[in-house]
This record gives sequence, structure tokens and C-alpha cells, in this order.
Amino acid sequence: MNALKNPRLLGMLAVVIVLAAAPIFFAEQNYAMRVVTVGMCAAIAVYGLNIILGFTGQLSLAQGGFFGIGAYGVGLLTTDFDWSFWSAFIVTIIGTAAVGYLCGLIALRTKDEYFAIFTMAIGFIIFLVISRWESVTHAHSGVNNVKFPEGGGIIDFESPVAMFYLVFVILLICIYVTHAIRRSSVGRTLLTIRTSEDLADAIGVRVGFSKQLAFAASAVLGGIGGGLYATVVGFIGPDSASIDKTFEFLMFILVGGMGTVAGPLLGSMIVTFLFELFQDFQAYRFIVLGPIIVALVIFAPRGIIGYLGGIVDRRSRKQKIAEARRTADGASPEYDTAKSGTVTSGIDPEETK
Amino acid sequence: MTLLEIRDLGKRFGGLDAVKDVSLDVEEGRITAVIGPNGAGKSTLFNLIHGYYRPTSGSVTFKGDDITNSSPHHAVADGIARTFQTTHLFDDSTLLENVLAGRIVRSKSTIFDAVFHTPRHRRESRINKDKAMEALEFCEIDTHRHDLASNVPQEVQKRTAVAMALATEPELLLLDEPAGGIPEEETTDFGNLIRSLPKRGVSVLLVEHKMSMIMGLADTILVLDHGQKLALGTPAEIQSNPDVIRAYLGSTAEEKK
Repeated sequence: MNALKNPRLLGMLAVVIVLAAAPIFFAEQNYAMRVVTVGMCAAIAVYGLNIILGFTGQLSLAQGGFFGIGAYGVGLLTTDFDWSFWSAFIVTIIGTAAVGYLCGLIALRTKDEYFAIFTMAIGFIIFLVISRWESVTHAHSGVNNVKFPEGGGIIDFESPVAMFYLVFVILLICIYVTHAIRRSSVGRTLLTIRTSEDLADAIGVRVGFSKQLAFAASAVLGGIGGGLYATVVGFIGPDSASIDKTFEFLMFILVGGMGTVAGPLLGSMIVTFLFELFQDFQAYRFIVLGPIIVALVIFAPRGIIGYLGGIVDRRSRKQKIAEARRTADGASPEYDTAKSGTVTSGIDPEETK
Repeated sequence: MTLLEIRDLGKRFGGLDAVKDVSLDVEEGRITAVIGPNGAGKSTLFNLIHGYYRPTSGSVTFKGDDITNSSPHHAVADGIARTFQTTHLFDDSTLLENVLAGRIVRSKSTIFDAVFHTPRHRRESRINKDKAMEALEFCEIDTHRHDLASNVPQEVQKRTAVAMALATEPELLLLDEPAGGIPEEETTDFGNLIRSLPKRGVSVLLVEHKMSMIMGLADTILVLDHGQKLALGTPAEIQSNPDVIRAYLGSTAEEKK
């Protein structure tokens, strides 16, 4: 019953239920279904970005590259090598984990803006390999007829609704894992690193190792998103690994809110919707989207969820502070009088009630 | 028993000896202080002990194990915690969350425990919360536990830094100017907090500028000047040591003699 009082959980539930119900409204419109499903694939990759950027505070610009590795891994293995989707998917996930871990070994020797530039270079190298290595990746002709997931005779994944729910379930798992990380000591470790690496070091956090794991985990989620994207769309070209993808993901997370549980999902859905809305304007859509993002960065730098979460946090903290004061009043009045000078100095006592 | 043994420790930055040939024994259950003028190498010494810098010579031994070249997170895991001269806290987090961060080093549960919500994870979360609360109570700031670190007075922030360090369950606590920036009238309270640490099984090594506080607090004092040992002894011995008086009052004191 406590859960019903938690506005954060309620909000998350509302978004998930709306999304889960989407096929009821769009089931007959294959195009709309596909747009939402592709948006969810991107959201999975954005949850990856959330781990390294939102939690750990390292701006990785290689996420589009890992998305591309995921897409091409599944794409090439199911077509040229004729593997089943599931085996290709699993091998691709392991592959992106390995590539992510190795890239992290070098990239994480750098810090801050150098890390951003370095990972951008990694993303660009991945894009170049995919767009130029014609004998393997077919370069600009792309990969056609990526296999649908095998349903084992029970589910037919050729139906857009079945595909929608497949991506939806994997997305839910990503959301739950994000939630679990956030409230565990693992999340506390990453947030500690984000705030201050020196302080993290001083309280015994294994900074390098934790960053390494966070980077590998973000790469894995990028790969999962990419792999699903390949099977949803059926055709992939080099632009699925391009640097534009990275900045798309970055926009999703900025709009939704970095380091939050619901932010990547909400951001991905809203921006995908806006992209579709301005589809007709093509190159001009950024004239409208640009100011929206500028306004967001100025007025809600922590994104939509970060902004709402801030309000919720302040309110619950006020309650807790007032409660702590009350119990302190009852339990040890002499302590309170001794300290009252410092206790009330910063906070207006009226406000806490 | 000697907890920490420093032998001929040295650190060169380019051509400058920040710390040179410093030896010091930190006894268990005692408060040991390091004093000296600005730039005497006090903070560098701390950074060397805690593994933030690699020494260029000498050795550091903790509980009989050589930790000369170990990294800070190993030092914390071994039982050496520290606070910084400028208070380092997580400003956007509450005091309780800050102190909980100190529990990370003692947490064994992995991401899988968190995802599957295993009994180990639940047990550990509970223990962490209890230990953090205990550290907050010990530092007498538990009524502030839901306040943001950036919203509380300087003295409470300093106490939070100590509580965070205590949450790592150290045997030795390195305090770098714990009373720096605290109004004079509150240093007595803070001194009492430091004095109560050895009773809790935490030995203390501290750097401090406030002489009045040090003299009433420390069992042993090491005086550093230009990175080298100037004197070592009890507060009474240090106060009457002519070398120390000269270093602190400058050469004019000598000329006047």
C-alpha cells in the first residue's frame, strides 16, 4: 500500500501502462506500431547511456557505435551466416560486452572532456568500419531481410504486435535493472564516482573498476537495443551506427532526465513522437526542436523526470525533517535546546511543517 | 602496540622534497598530531600514507603489513579512513546518504543481489543503514540526517565527514584539519568528539592548525618543517622545544635573543 503513496512509482506505472496499451489503439496501423517499437529499441540503448552518463557521470559518445554493433551483429549473423535470431542475438550481446570492456580499458584512462572525445572517436571508428568494410558489412547497400525472432510455433513475431511486446518486455527488464541499481550499493558506488572521484577513492570505492563495469554495461544495453532494432526494422544501413544516433540518444536522455529511472523511456517516447510530428519538415525540424531543447536545458537541466523528481524529493524531505525534529523533541529535549541555534539557522521552522 | 609505522618516508616533486626522511609511529588507542607551518608537507604526508601519492622513498607499515604502494581503496579496506582539509561531501545528498556512501567498501552484494533482491542484499542494506545511523548518532548529527549536505552549517558538515569516514569501520582515522573553518567556540565540542574516538577503537592521526586544540588533545606531536622532522614528543616537550618556537615565530625571535 505504501507503493501507492510513492508518486515516483505511480508515475512510472502510468507511463508503462499507457505504453503497454498502445497496441490496442494502433494495432491496425503498422506504421505507428513500428515507430513506437523502434522508439523502445532506442530507449533500451538510452538506458545504457543512463548507466555511464546518468549514474557514473562519464559522457560516453560511443553509444551509437555500440548500437550499430548490435544491429550489424544480429543483421549479418542471421542473413549471411543464416543463424537463428536468438543465437545471433546472444552472441551479439556477448560480443558488444567484450568490445565495450576492451574500449573501456583504454577510454577510462582519460577523464571528463577527453573521455567524451575519446569515446566519440571509438563511435566514429565503429561507424567507419561498418560503412567502409564492404566485403563483410556490404557498406552502403546495408543488410536486407534480417530474420524475425523464432517464436517456436507459439508466437508469430512477424506480427507487429508480438514484436512490440517482445521489445516491451526487454525494455521493462532494463527499467527494473536500472531501478535495482539505483537503490543498491552498486548505484551508490556509481553516484559517488559521479559526484567526486577523489572522495570516492578516499572512502574505498574501486573507481577504475566500477567505471569499467559501468561502461561495459552501457555497451551491452546499446548492443541489445541495436540487435532488436535490426529485427524490428528488417533492413539496416550504416546510419544505424552513425554519430547522429549517439546525439539522438543524448537528446532523449536530456529531455527525459539523466540518472533517473523513468527519464530514458519518457524522453525517448516524447522526442520520437516530436520527430514524427515534424517529419514533413525534414531538415527544418530542428528549428522547432532546437529551441525546445535550449529551453529545457535552461529551465529543467535535469530533464522532465529530474524536474518532477526534485519537487517530490523536496516535499518528502520536508516531511522527514519535520518528523525527525518531532522525535528529537520528545526523546531528548536537552539536546535540542543545546543545538537549536544551529538547527534552525538554515531552515525556517514554519516551512518544515 | 604500534598501528602505523612510517619509516624514512619521502616524496619528491621535481626538484622539491615535499616530504623527506619522515619516521613516525602511531600507537593504537592514541591521538597523534602532525603540526607545522603552511607548506611543511603535512597534507602530502597524509596523501602518502593513504596511497593517493606514491612515495619516492621509505615505507609505510600498517598492522605489520607493508602498504607503501597500495591504493586508497585498499587502504580503506585495510582500515585506514581519512577526511579532507576542505570538506568533501556529496552536496546534493542528505547526510544519511552521505554516510551510507562510506558503507560501500564494506558491502559485498553485487548487482545480481540487487536485481534479484536476495536475502544477502536485504540483510546488507539493513546493516548498512544501522551502521550509518550509529555513526551519525556518534557524531551527534542524527537529527540532521534528512537535510541536504549543502544546507547544514559548516560544523555539521565537518562532523558528517567524520561520520562518513567512521562508516567505513576504520582502525585508524586520518583527519586533515578537522576543525578548520569552525568558529572558535565550537572547537571544544569538536575536540571532545575526536577525544572519544580512541574509546571506540579508532586511533587518530591528525593535522591541525589550532594550537590550543592540539595541545589539549594529542598524546604525541610530530612537528614538520620544510618536509622534514623538526621535533617529536609530548605536547609539553613540543611547547618548550626551541627549534619549534623558532620555526613558528620566525628567525626574528632568534635575533632578539
